Amino acid sequence: MAIDKPYKKVPGTTIFDADMASLGFHLNQFCMSLMKAPNREKFKQNEQAYLDQWPMSDEQKAAVLARDYNKMISLGGNIYFLAKIFSSDGISFQAAASTMTGMTQAEYAQMMLSGGRAPDSSNTLKKDN
Amino acid sequence: MAKINAGIATSHVPAIGAAIDNGLTENEYWKPLFDGYEFAKTWMKAQKPDVILLVYNDHATAFDLNLVPTFAIATGAEFKPADEGWGPRPVPNVMGYPKLAAHIAQSVIQDDFDLTVVNTLDVDHGLTVPLSLMFGQPEQWPCRVIPIAVNVVLYPTPSGQRCYNLGKALRKAVESFDEDLNVQIWGTGGMSHQLQGPRAGLINKEFDNAFLDKIVSEPAALAKTPHLEYINLAGSEGIELIMWLIMRGALNDQVDVKKRFYHVPASNTAVGHLVLENK
Repeated sequence: MAIDKPYKKVPGTTIFDADMASLGFHLNQFCMSLMKAPNREKFKQNEQAYLDQWPMSDEQKAAVLARDYNKMISLGGNIYFLAKIFSSDGISFQAAASTMTGMTQAEYAQMMLSGGRAPDSSNTLKKDN
Repeated sequence: MAKINAGIATSHVPAIGAAIDNGLTENEYWKPLFDGYEFAKTWMKAQKPDVILLVYNDHATAFDLNLVPTFAIATGAEFKPADEGWGPRPVPNVMGYPKLAAHIAQSVIQDDFDLTVVNTLDVDHGLTVPLSLMFGQPEQWPCRVIPIAVNVVLYPTPSGQRCYNLGKALRKAVESFDEDLNVQIWGTGGMSHQLQGPRAGLINKEFDNAFLDKIVSEPAALAKTPHLEYINLAGSEGIELIMWLIMRGALNDQVDVKKRFYHVPASNTAVGHLVLENK
Protein backbone atom coordinates (compact mmCIF):
# COMPACT_ATOMS: atom_id res chain seq x y z
CA MET A 1 0.00 0.00 0.00
CA ALA A 2 1.36 3.40 -0.91
CA ILE A 3 2.15 5.79 1.91
CA ASP A 4 -0.17 8.80 2.04
CA LYS A 5 1.66 12.00 1.18
CA PRO A 6 -0.75 14.84 1.98
CA TYR A 7 2.12 17.34 1.88
CA LYS A 8 2.17 17.01 -1.91
CA LYS A 9 -1.00 19.10 -2.01
CA VAL A 10 0.48 22.17 -0.30
CA PRO A 11 0.43 24.93 -2.95
CA GLY A 12 3.70 26.22 -4.37
CA THR A 13 5.75 23.81 -2.28
CA THR A 14 7.84 20.72 -3.00
CA ILE A 15 8.73 18.59 -0.01
CA PHE A 16 12.12 16.93 -0.30
CA ASP A 17 11.24 13.37 0.64
CA ALA A 18 13.13 10.14 0.03
CA ASP A 19 11.63 9.77 -3.48
CA MET A 20 12.80 13.26 -4.45
CA ALA A 21 16.18 12.61 -2.83
CA SER A 22 16.59 9.51 -4.96
CA LEU A 23 15.67 11.42 -8.13
CA GLY A 24 18.02 14.27 -7.26
CA PHE A 25 20.92 12.39 -5.71
CA HIS A 26 23.55 13.27 -8.33
CA LEU A 27 22.21 16.82 -8.80
CA ASN A 28 22.53 17.47 -5.07
CA GLN A 29 25.93 15.82 -4.80
CA PHE A 30 27.14 17.97 -7.71
CA CYS A 31 25.99 20.97 -5.65
CA MET A 32 27.98 19.71 -2.65
CA SER A 33 31.13 19.62 -4.79
CA LEU A 34 30.86 23.43 -5.09
CA MET A 35 31.71 23.73 -1.39
CA LYS A 36 35.36 23.45 -2.45
CA ALA A 37 36.96 26.54 -4.03
CA PRO A 38 38.92 24.64 -6.75
CA ASN A 39 35.70 22.95 -7.89
CA ARG A 40 33.90 26.30 -8.01
CA GLU A 41 36.68 27.57 -10.30
CA LYS A 42 36.38 24.58 -12.63
CA PHE A 43 32.61 24.96 -12.75
CA LYS A 44 32.87 28.65 -13.60
CA GLN A 45 35.43 28.01 -16.34
CA ASN A 46 33.23 25.54 -18.20
CA GLU A 47 29.87 24.76 -16.63
CA GLN A 48 28.77 22.19 -19.21
CA ALA A 49 32.05 20.26 -19.01
CA TYR A 50 31.91 20.26 -15.21
CA LEU A 51 28.30 19.06 -15.20
CA ASP A 52 29.13 16.32 -17.71
CA GLN A 53 31.32 14.69 -15.06
CA TRP A 54 28.17 13.90 -13.06
CA PRO A 55 25.63 11.20 -13.96
CA MET A 56 22.79 13.73 -14.04
CA SER A 57 19.97 13.81 -16.60
CA ASP A 58 20.20 16.29 -19.47
CA GLU A 59 17.12 17.98 -18.04
CA GLN A 60 18.83 18.45 -14.68
CA LYS A 61 21.96 19.84 -16.36
CA ALA A 62 19.90 22.25 -18.49
CA ALA A 63 18.06 23.48 -15.39
CA VAL A 64 21.39 24.17 -13.66
CA LEU A 65 22.75 26.03 -16.69
CA ALA A 66 19.54 28.11 -16.84
CA ARG A 67 19.60 28.67 -13.03
CA ASP A 68 15.97 27.57 -13.08
CA TYR A 69 15.59 26.74 -9.40
CA ASN A 70 11.95 25.68 -9.59
CA LYS A 71 12.89 23.23 -12.33
CA MET A 72 15.86 21.93 -10.32
CA ILE A 73 13.56 21.39 -7.33
CA SER A 74 11.05 19.51 -9.51
CA LEU A 75 13.92 17.24 -10.60
CA GLY A 76 14.96 16.36 -7.05
CA GLY A 77 17.09 19.34 -6.03
CA ASN A 78 16.90 20.47 -2.43
CA ILE A 79 17.21 24.16 -1.62
CA TYR A 80 20.07 23.74 0.88
CA PHE A 81 22.07 21.89 -1.76
CA LEU A 82 21.05 24.27 -4.56
CA ALA A 83 22.24 27.10 -2.30
CA LYS A 84 25.79 26.05 -3.19
CA ILE A 85 25.09 27.07 -6.81
CA PHE A 86 23.80 30.56 -6.05
CA SER A 87 26.49 31.05 -3.41
CA SER A 88 29.06 30.24 -6.11
CA ASP A 89 27.32 32.84 -8.28
CA GLY A 90 27.64 35.37 -5.42
CA ILE A 91 23.85 35.65 -5.11
CA SER A 92 22.09 35.95 -1.77
CA PHE A 93 19.47 33.53 -0.49
CA GLN A 94 16.85 36.24 -0.75
CA ALA A 95 17.74 37.06 -4.36
CA ALA A 96 17.68 33.37 -5.30
CA ALA A 97 14.37 32.84 -3.52
CA SER A 98 12.83 35.73 -5.44
CA THR A 99 13.60 34.02 -8.77
CA MET A 100 11.29 31.15 -7.78
CA THR A 101 8.31 33.40 -7.09
CA GLY A 102 7.85 35.29 -10.36
CA MET A 103 8.63 38.52 -8.52
CA THR A 104 11.57 40.81 -9.10
CA GLN A 105 14.23 40.84 -6.40
CA ALA A 106 13.10 44.33 -5.35
CA GLU A 107 9.44 43.30 -5.16
CA TYR A 108 10.33 40.21 -3.12
CA ALA A 109 12.57 42.18 -0.74
CA GLN A 110 9.75 44.70 -0.25
CA MET A 111 7.29 41.88 0.47
CA MET A 112 9.61 40.53 3.17
CA LEU A 113 10.08 44.00 4.69
CA SER A 114 6.31 44.34 4.78
CA GLY A 115 5.99 41.16 6.83
CA GLY A 116 6.37 38.41 4.25
CA ARG A 117 3.88 36.46 2.19
CA ALA A 118 0.74 36.17 4.30
CA PRO A 119 -0.96 32.79 4.41
CA ASP A 120 -4.35 32.75 2.71
CA SER A 121 -6.74 30.33 1.02
CA SER A 122 -4.74 30.45 -2.22
CA ASN A 123 -1.44 29.32 -0.69
CA THR A 124 -2.46 26.98 2.15
CA LEU A 125 -4.56 23.83 2.42
CA LYS A 126 -7.88 24.07 4.17
CA LYS A 127 -8.17 22.30 7.52
CA ASP A 128 -10.30 19.43 6.25
CA ASN A 129 -8.06 18.69 3.29
CA MET B 1 25.24 16.38 39.79
CA ALA B 2 24.86 18.01 36.42
CA LYS B 3 21.62 19.87 35.92
CA ILE B 4 19.79 21.57 33.08
CA ASN B 5 18.72 24.94 34.50
CA ALA B 6 17.60 26.93 31.50
CA GLY B 7 16.65 26.77 27.86
CA ILE B 8 17.10 29.14 24.95
CA ALA B 9 15.16 29.15 21.71
CA THR B 10 16.34 31.13 18.75
CA SER B 11 16.24 31.21 14.97
CA HIS B 12 19.59 30.66 13.27
CA VAL B 13 19.31 32.54 9.96
CA PRO B 14 22.67 32.66 8.10
CA ALA B 15 22.19 36.34 7.19
CA ILE B 16 22.25 37.15 10.94
CA GLY B 17 25.73 35.63 11.12
CA ALA B 18 26.81 37.61 8.07
CA ALA B 19 25.47 40.82 9.66
CA ILE B 20 27.53 40.16 12.82
CA ASP B 21 30.65 39.18 10.90
CA ASN B 22 30.44 42.25 8.66
CA GLY B 23 29.71 44.77 11.44
CA LEU B 24 26.17 45.60 10.28
CA THR B 25 24.35 45.06 13.58
CA GLU B 26 23.69 48.78 14.11
CA ASN B 27 22.20 49.51 10.70
CA GLU B 28 18.53 50.29 10.13
CA TYR B 29 17.66 46.81 8.89
CA TRP B 30 19.41 44.80 11.58
CA LYS B 31 19.33 46.93 14.75
CA PRO B 32 15.73 46.04 15.75
CA LEU B 33 16.66 42.36 15.56
CA PHE B 34 19.86 42.60 17.58
CA ASP B 35 18.15 44.79 20.20
CA GLY B 36 15.91 41.79 20.87
CA TYR B 37 18.93 39.76 21.98
CA GLU B 38 20.43 42.30 24.38
CA PHE B 39 18.57 40.81 27.34
CA ALA B 40 19.88 37.30 26.63
CA LYS B 41 23.48 38.51 26.30
CA THR B 42 23.36 40.19 29.71
CA TRP B 43 21.45 37.30 31.29
CA MET B 44 23.98 34.82 29.90
CA LYS B 45 26.89 36.64 31.57
CA ALA B 46 25.24 36.09 34.95
CA GLN B 47 24.25 32.49 34.24
CA LYS B 48 27.74 31.29 33.26
CA PRO B 49 26.72 27.88 31.90
CA ASP B 50 29.42 25.20 31.88
CA VAL B 51 27.98 23.28 28.97
CA ILE B 52 25.34 23.88 26.30
CA LEU B 53 23.48 21.06 24.59
CA LEU B 54 22.93 22.83 21.30
CA VAL B 55 20.15 21.36 19.20
CA TYR B 56 20.44 22.49 15.58
CA ASN B 57 20.29 21.20 12.06
CA ASP B 58 22.99 20.83 9.47
CA HIS B 59 22.10 22.48 6.14
CA ALA B 60 23.76 20.14 3.64
CA THR B 61 27.13 21.01 5.10
CA ALA B 62 28.58 18.15 7.17
CA PHE B 63 25.90 15.68 6.07
CA ASP B 64 25.34 15.37 2.34
CA LEU B 65 22.98 12.83 0.78
CA ASN B 66 25.46 10.01 1.40
CA LEU B 67 24.46 9.98 5.04
CA VAL B 68 21.47 11.60 6.75
CA PRO B 69 21.21 10.81 10.46
CA THR B 70 17.83 11.61 12.00
CA PHE B 71 19.47 12.49 15.33
CA ALA B 72 23.22 12.78 15.89
CA ILE B 73 25.30 13.70 18.93
CA ALA B 74 28.81 15.04 18.50
CA THR B 75 31.25 13.46 20.95
CA GLY B 76 34.43 15.11 19.60
CA ALA B 77 36.69 17.48 21.55
CA GLU B 78 36.64 20.37 19.06
CA PHE B 79 34.52 21.40 16.08
CA LYS B 80 35.52 23.81 13.33
CA PRO B 81 33.16 26.35 11.78
CA ALA B 82 32.27 24.97 8.35
CA ASP B 83 33.06 26.48 4.97
CA GLU B 84 29.54 26.71 3.57
CA GLY B 85 30.72 27.89 0.17
CA TRP B 86 31.95 31.39 1.00
CA GLY B 87 34.67 30.55 3.54
CA PRO B 88 34.20 29.62 7.23
CA ARG B 89 32.65 32.23 9.54
CA PRO B 90 35.35 34.11 11.49
CA VAL B 91 34.32 32.62 14.83
CA PRO B 92 36.24 30.48 17.34
CA ASN B 93 36.31 26.71 17.16
CA VAL B 94 33.62 25.11 19.29
CA MET B 95 34.97 23.10 22.22
CA GLY B 96 33.04 19.91 22.91
CA TYR B 97 32.78 17.79 26.03
CA PRO B 98 33.59 14.21 25.00
CA LYS B 99 33.03 12.73 28.46
CA LEU B 100 29.56 14.17 28.94
CA ALA B 101 28.61 13.57 25.29
CA ALA B 102 29.60 9.90 25.57
CA HIS B 103 27.62 9.63 28.80
CA ILE B 104 24.55 11.15 27.13
CA ALA B 105 24.88 8.82 24.13
CA GLN B 106 25.15 5.81 26.42
CA SER B 107 22.14 6.91 28.45
CA VAL B 108 19.72 7.94 25.70
CA ILE B 109 20.54 5.05 23.34
CA GLN B 110 19.74 2.66 26.16
CA ASP B 111 16.60 4.70 26.65
CA ASP B 112 15.51 3.79 23.08
CA PHE B 113 16.71 6.96 21.29
CA ASP B 114 19.12 5.71 18.66
CA LEU B 115 21.41 8.70 18.22
CA THR B 116 24.15 8.55 15.60
CA VAL B 117 27.52 9.20 17.26
CA VAL B 118 29.69 11.68 15.37
CA ASN B 119 33.31 12.45 16.19
CA THR B 120 34.35 14.77 13.38
CA LEU B 121 31.85 17.50 12.59
CA ASP B 122 32.27 20.89 10.98
CA VAL B 123 29.47 23.03 12.38
CA ASP B 124 27.51 25.36 10.11
CA HIS B 125 25.50 28.54 10.71
CA GLY B 126 22.77 26.51 12.40
CA LEU B 127 25.07 26.12 15.40
CA THR B 128 27.38 29.13 15.20
CA VAL B 129 24.75 31.87 14.65
CA PRO B 130 23.00 31.14 17.99
CA LEU B 131 26.41 31.22 19.74
CA SER B 132 27.13 34.62 18.17
CA LEU B 133 23.71 35.95 19.16
CA MET B 134 24.17 34.92 22.80
CA PHE B 135 27.88 35.60 23.26
CA GLY B 136 28.80 38.26 20.68
CA GLN B 137 32.30 38.08 19.23
CA PRO B 138 34.64 36.66 21.91
CA GLU B 139 38.14 35.27 21.29
CA GLN B 140 36.92 31.92 22.63
CA TRP B 141 33.38 30.71 23.35
CA PRO B 142 32.92 30.93 27.13
CA CYS B 143 31.71 27.34 27.64
CA ARG B 144 31.68 23.91 26.13
CA VAL B 145 29.09 22.88 23.57
CA ILE B 146 27.71 19.48 22.66
CA PRO B 147 26.15 19.67 19.19
CA ILE B 148 22.98 17.63 18.73
CA ALA B 149 22.01 17.57 15.06
CA VAL B 150 18.46 16.86 13.89
CA ASN B 151 17.50 16.05 10.32
CA VAL B 152 14.99 18.61 9.10
CA VAL B 153 16.19 18.63 5.48
CA LEU B 154 15.13 15.20 4.20
CA TYR B 155 11.48 14.40 4.82
CA PRO B 156 10.22 12.78 6.96
CA THR B 157 11.85 14.54 9.84
CA PRO B 158 11.31 13.13 13.34
CA SER B 159 7.90 13.94 14.82
CA GLY B 160 7.38 16.72 17.32
CA GLN B 161 6.46 14.10 19.90
CA ARG B 162 9.69 12.20 19.29
CA CYS B 163 11.65 15.43 19.72
CA TYR B 164 9.83 16.33 22.93
CA ASN B 165 10.46 12.86 24.35
CA LEU B 166 14.14 13.03 23.35
CA GLY B 167 14.37 16.22 25.41
CA LYS B 168 13.13 14.31 28.43
CA ALA B 169 15.69 11.54 27.83
CA LEU B 170 18.47 14.13 27.51
CA ARG B 171 17.49 15.62 30.85
CA LYS B 172 17.61 12.20 32.51
CA ALA B 173 21.03 11.59 30.97
CA VAL B 174 22.42 14.91 32.18
CA GLU B 175 21.09 14.41 35.69
CA SER B 176 22.86 11.08 35.98
CA PHE B 177 26.28 12.63 35.22
CA ASP B 178 28.42 12.91 38.34
CA GLU B 179 30.13 16.28 37.81
CA ASP B 180 28.55 19.46 39.15
CA LEU B 181 27.69 21.28 35.97
CA ASN B 182 25.37 24.12 35.05
CA VAL B 183 23.90 22.90 31.76
CA GLN B 184 21.71 24.76 29.30
CA ILE B 185 19.82 23.36 26.35
CA TRP B 186 19.20 25.43 23.26
CA GLY B 187 16.66 24.71 20.54
CA THR B 188 17.33 26.55 17.30
CA GLY B 189 15.81 27.16 13.87
CA GLY B 190 12.46 28.51 12.65
CA MET B 191 10.22 30.32 12.91
CA SER B 192 7.91 30.38 9.88
CA HIS B 193 9.79 30.51 6.61
CA GLN B 194 9.83 28.98 3.18
CA LEU B 195 12.95 29.26 1.04
CA GLN B 196 11.76 27.44 -2.05
CA GLY B 197 9.20 27.40 -4.83
CA PRO B 198 6.48 29.87 -5.83
CA ARG B 199 5.38 30.17 -2.18
CA ALA B 200 8.84 31.31 -0.98
CA GLY B 201 8.65 34.13 1.54
CA LEU B 202 5.71 32.72 3.51
CA ILE B 203 5.55 34.19 7.02
CA ASN B 204 2.77 33.31 9.47
CA LYS B 205 2.76 35.61 12.48
CA GLU B 206 -0.36 34.05 13.92
CA PHE B 207 1.13 30.55 13.81
CA ASP B 208 4.45 31.75 15.23
CA ASN B 209 2.92 33.65 18.13
CA ALA B 210 0.63 30.74 19.00
CA PHE B 211 3.72 28.49 18.95
CA LEU B 212 5.55 30.91 21.30
CA ASP B 213 2.56 30.77 23.67
CA LYS B 214 2.12 27.02 23.60
CA ILE B 215 5.74 25.99 23.91
CA VAL B 216 5.72 27.73 27.28
CA SER B 217 2.29 26.81 28.62
CA GLU B 218 1.23 23.58 26.91
CA PRO B 219 4.26 21.90 25.33
CA ALA B 220 2.87 18.37 25.59
CA ALA B 221 -0.12 19.36 23.43
CA LEU B 222 2.09 21.31 21.03
CA ALA B 223 4.29 18.23 20.57
CA LYS B 224 1.32 16.49 18.92
CA THR B 225 1.22 19.01 16.05
CA PRO B 226 1.55 16.96 12.86
CA HIS B 227 4.24 17.67 10.26
CA LEU B 228 1.64 18.76 7.72
CA GLU B 229 0.52 21.62 9.92
CA TYR B 230 4.04 23.05 10.11
CA ILE B 231 4.59 22.66 6.37
CA ASN B 232 1.20 24.05 5.42
CA LEU B 233 1.07 26.97 7.84
CA ALA B 234 4.69 27.77 8.75
CA GLY B 235 6.35 26.98 5.40
CA SER B 236 8.45 24.06 4.26
CA GLU B 237 11.39 25.24 6.38
CA GLY B 238 9.16 26.11 9.35
CA ILE B 239 9.45 22.42 10.23
CA GLU B 240 12.71 23.40 11.98
CA LEU B 241 10.53 24.39 14.94
CA ILE B 242 10.38 20.74 16.03
CA MET B 243 13.90 21.29 17.38
CA TRP B 244 12.52 23.73 19.96
CA LEU B 245 10.52 20.84 21.38
CA ILE B 246 13.72 18.95 22.28
CA MET B 247 14.80 21.97 24.32
CA ARG B 248 11.38 22.26 25.94
CA GLY B 249 11.18 18.56 26.78
CA ALA B 250 14.41 18.86 28.77
CA LEU B 251 12.98 21.59 31.03
CA ASN B 252 10.45 21.45 33.87
CA ASP B 253 6.76 21.44 32.97
CA GLN B 254 6.60 24.90 34.57
CA VAL B 255 9.05 27.52 33.35
CA ASP B 256 9.57 31.25 33.79
CA VAL B 257 9.73 33.27 30.59
CA LYS B 258 12.63 35.68 31.06
CA LYS B 259 12.47 36.99 27.50
CA ARG B 260 10.21 36.61 24.49
CA PHE B 261 11.03 38.27 21.20
CA TYR B 262 9.58 38.08 17.69
CA HIS B 263 10.75 39.95 14.62
CA VAL B 264 10.06 39.89 10.88
CA PRO B 265 12.08 39.70 8.71
CA ALA B 266 15.63 38.43 8.80
CA SER B 267 16.19 37.84 5.10
CA ASN B 268 13.41 35.30 4.30
CA THR B 269 12.58 34.31 7.86
CA ALA B 270 10.54 35.17 10.94
CA VAL B 271 12.82 35.31 13.97
CA GLY B 272 11.67 34.01 17.35
CA HIS B 273 13.55 33.90 20.61
CA LEU B 274 12.82 32.74 24.16
CA VAL B 275 14.81 32.62 27.38
CA LEU B 276 13.27 30.06 29.74
CA GLU B 277 14.27 29.16 33.30
CA ASN B 278 13.06 26.15 35.23
CA LYS B 279 10.60 27.11 37.96
